[in-house]
Amino acid sequence: MVKQLNIQEMILTLQQFWAKKGCMLMEAYDNEKGAGTMSPYTFLRAIGPEPWNAAYVEPSRRPADGRYGENPNRLFQHHQFQVVMKPSPKNIQEYYLDSLRELGIEPLEHDIRFVEDNWENPSMGCAGVGWEVWLDGMEVSQFTYFQQVGGLTVDPVTSEITYGVERLASYIQNVNSVFDLQWGDGVLYGDIFKEPEYEHSKYAFEESDQEMLLNFFNSYEKEALRLIKLGLVHPAYDYVLKCSHTFNLLDARGAVSVTERAGYLARIRSMAHKIAKAFVEERKKLGFPLLEHAQANAGEEN
Amino acid sequence: MTANYLLEIGLEEMPAHVVRPSVEQLKTKTAAFLNDQHLAFARIEVFATPRRLAVLVRDLATEQPDQVEEVKGPAKKIALTPDGEFSKAALGFARGQGVDPSAITFKDFKGVDYVFVEKKTVGQPAAAILPELIEVVKGLTFPTRMKWGTNHFEYIRPIHWLVSLLDDQIIPMSLLDVTAGRVSQGHRFLGQPVTIATATDYEQDLAQEKVIADLARRQALIEAQIQTIASDNDWQVDLDPDLLEEVVNLVEYPTAFAGHFDPKYLAVPEPVLITSMKDNQRYFYVRDQNGQLAADFIGVRNGNREHLDNVIAGNEKVLVARLDDARFFFEEDQKLSIDAYVAKLKKVTFHDKIGTLYEKMQRVNVIAQSLGHLFGLSAQEMADLDRASRIYKFDLVTGMVGEFPELQGTMGEIYAKIFGENDAVAQAIREHYLPISAEGALPASKVGATLAIADKLDSTLAFFVVGMIPNGSNDPYALRRQAYGVVRILLANQWHLSLGKLQAEIEQVLADRGLTFKLDWLKNGAELRHFFADRMRQLFSEKNFRHDFVEALADSNAIDPTTINEVAETLNEHRHDDDFKETIEALTRVLRLTKQTDAKSSELSVDPALFENPSEQVLYDAVVQIRGHFAHQTVEQNYEALRDLRPLIENYFEENMIMADDLQVRNNRLNQLRILQKLITIFGDLQELVVK
Repeated sequence: MVKQLNIQEMILTLQQFWAKKGCMLMEAYDNEKGAGTMSPYTFLRAIGPEPWNAAYVEPSRRPADGRYGENPNRLFQHHQFQVVMKPSPKNIQEYYLDSLRELGIEPLEHDIRFVEDNWENPSMGCAGVGWEVWLDGMEVSQFTYFQQVGGLTVDPVTSEITYGVERLASYIQNVNSVFDLQWGDGVLYGDIFKEPEYEHSKYAFEESDQEMLLNFFNSYEKEALRLIKLGLVHPAYDYVLKCSHTFNLLDARGAVSVTERAGYLARIRSMAHKIAKAFVEERKKLGFPLLEHAQANAGEEN
Repeated sequence: MTANYLLEIGLEEMPAHVVRPSVEQLKTKTAAFLNDQHLAFARIEVFATPRRLAVLVRDLATEQPDQVEEVKGPAKKIALTPDGEFSKAALGFARGQGVDPSAITFKDFKGVDYVFVEKKTVGQPAAAILPELIEVVKGLTFPTRMKWGTNHFEYIRPIHWLVSLLDDQIIPMSLLDVTAGRVSQGHRFLGQPVTIATATDYEQDLAQEKVIADLARRQALIEAQIQTIASDNDWQVDLDPDLLEEVVNLVEYPTAFAGHFDPKYLAVPEPVLITSMKDNQRYFYVRDQNGQLAADFIGVRNGNREHLDNVIAGNEKVLVARLDDARFFFEEDQKLSIDAYVAKLKKVTFHDKIGTLYEKMQRVNVIAQSLGHLFGLSAQEMADLDRASRIYKFDLVTGMVGEFPELQGTMGEIYAKIFGENDAVAQAIREHYLPISAEGALPASKVGATLAIADKLDSTLAFFVVGMIPNGSNDPYALRRQAYGVVRILLANQWHLSLGKLQAEIEQVLADRGLTFKLDWLKNGAELRHFFADRMRQLFSEKNFRHDFVEALADSNAIDPTTINEVAETLNEHRHDDDFKETIEALTRVLRLTKQTDAKSSELSVDPALFENPSEQVLYDAVVQIRGHFAHQTVEQNYEALRDLRPLIENYFEENMIMADDLQVRNNRLNQLRILQKLITIFGDLQELVVK
């Protein structure tokens, strides 16, 4: 039977596993975002020729998915364990399956499938090909070979694995509600997150100041565009993330009509595209240092 | 000498829907390659799973046959010197072809003698030719392609291995970092890598490693397992062919299992339960002996029976989480009213250039009313149509349709009944989406059919007037399907709606009611007429009508699709008649003459006092007679009437000079022809007909 890892043991296990596979363990990026993909450790690093291998936990905020802490499976904020490896290793699927074994999920005791799911994030100009991974019928991970990021065709290709931490933990700990999950040391997920779930839902659906948020969006956008012109890619990207989150808040509030929605997403996409191009330029000026670094390492091995 | 050749491409999991078409493609292209190479074979067997595409060529010739080819050289007069020796030209040709000059013969070619030599090509061993099959592997096409790692090559999924064996001999080939060999992979979890000794061992070797490589065998296994479970439990199971095909291509080693859920979820409407099981989870739903949906399902695992309890428990848990959500939405949705949902549609945009869904419903309401009158709907049907068209999109803003978008319309019908609408209104709400595919089912009720036409016409016109006209493969709003649906519904109901005048009429109706929403509803009329004409072409090509019928009729927008269709059917019936050619020619002559002259159609009177020849009176009398009946007769009867007129028309042209010098006589005769032309026009542009 499955070892009953609590969430922090689960995360530690994954961190150790992927560190051994050559991933740097990064920390969550300190800006609100809807998915681990939007962290600069994925979005920016997937662009350009430099190799990149990283793993990190990303708290992911999706205001419209908030359910006041009342729905056992839907959350305003969930956690993703994100693994990006570039170029995609030949045996990345086997690595992934081995990581499940580390978590106590022995494939022979379950039904694990790779079911086609081509991932797309139009607002960030991202598209990829891959699967959702089913564990006994439950989608527990998203597995993607990026083909386009920020509107740019990638070369080389980044493979991205996104584990749904709560989903996987619910399976491992065999609970029906995420709030009953053991986080660590006897403390339950609900003890930590139930109140914030309620408050954030209340805020996003009822209390957020639309006018203020609209102004924020416009200001953030203006600042991002100004910074892009100055070649300040990373601060500019921070403001794009802020735009994205502000838009999500407006959307949850029902303040964005379907029409306007397309307009906002296009504005974010346009900024993401500019940043993607600027990032490559800036790295090029630096001589793509990670590329040289990797080549030097390869040289030493020979 | 023959041998068997195996080619297997090993991949990361392909999408289920590409597995079968891809292996069929591999088979076709392999066969074409072998034929090109003059390598004979008995047959090609195919094997495919999510992780592999393979062909086994049976009884393949191990050598190409020697080819003898006749090659033409210079003309004889150049090939021989005056003294009858071979010239430099002839010797050079022979050398170039690698033959001795003594092999030269002369043969006649289009009346002139030329040098010919027989050139022999020695057949190559198959083993030397087969490595080129790697080009077939590379050349397979897929609906989506991807690259991976550092390479730029694109394929359906990353390639991990290749097996290429002619009997027991490896036929070398390679692609990227993969070199072909004799090692294949077994089942991802249950199997081991497997070394294949000889090509024909393939299927059996893979079976040892828990891969059922043959599609038909895998399918038969799944069907048998499901039937066993069903009969053990007294269930009836509908083996949906699409789901079965998908499941077959999601597994390498199938094991069917039964799962169960709490019967309390059966309170959720059946379409929701079925969608959750079938579309979301790829389960087969089951019914009890009374045909009632059971609180059970059958899934198919990619693995064996070991630890099947884990798999069942996991699947049950996932399904229950989905059903719990569905039950929540079903209960929540009933707390609001149809009016409240309709009010919400004021904020939902149909398209940003066109307006909201609420505005669309307002337009469709008045369009539907005017269509309903035209189609002769009863007072009750008109009332139902009015109600349905005021609310028919309300389910789009319910929680359930938000969660299960594919249930739009279906939930509309269910909720409409719950909220107290009558059955006809509820049914029309569901049916207005029909047909959902080109040849899909049509609305069964007149109210549903009228609403469907009104909704589709509104969408089509709206996108045209804002300039979003489908072109090439770009038809994001499926306007072609919708317009084709309109044509099919009209035909099925024998309703007459003239598409040529349609746009002006709709514009009028909307303008009268102040519902134009600042759009110019007369814009892009020509494009719209062509668009509908193309739908008629589509319809006629489905029916395999002769191309010239299609061209003669498709553009006749003045008449309606139902009539055009009848005309095409009628012409098609008569196309082999002995008098078909003469009839069409006579009628065409009338059309041609009237086309050349200006017609002031208001004053189409013929004065018998101006007749000079008996044939004029004869035609005049005959036309007066049939003209009275034309409107009430079937197209077939009208065709027969015109056909019977043919000798009269021929005589008329024989005896009378149409363009007579006397203007009065000329106009009188032209008017006679114009009256006739009006009758003939129903048969379209007959000049397009090929009557040779």
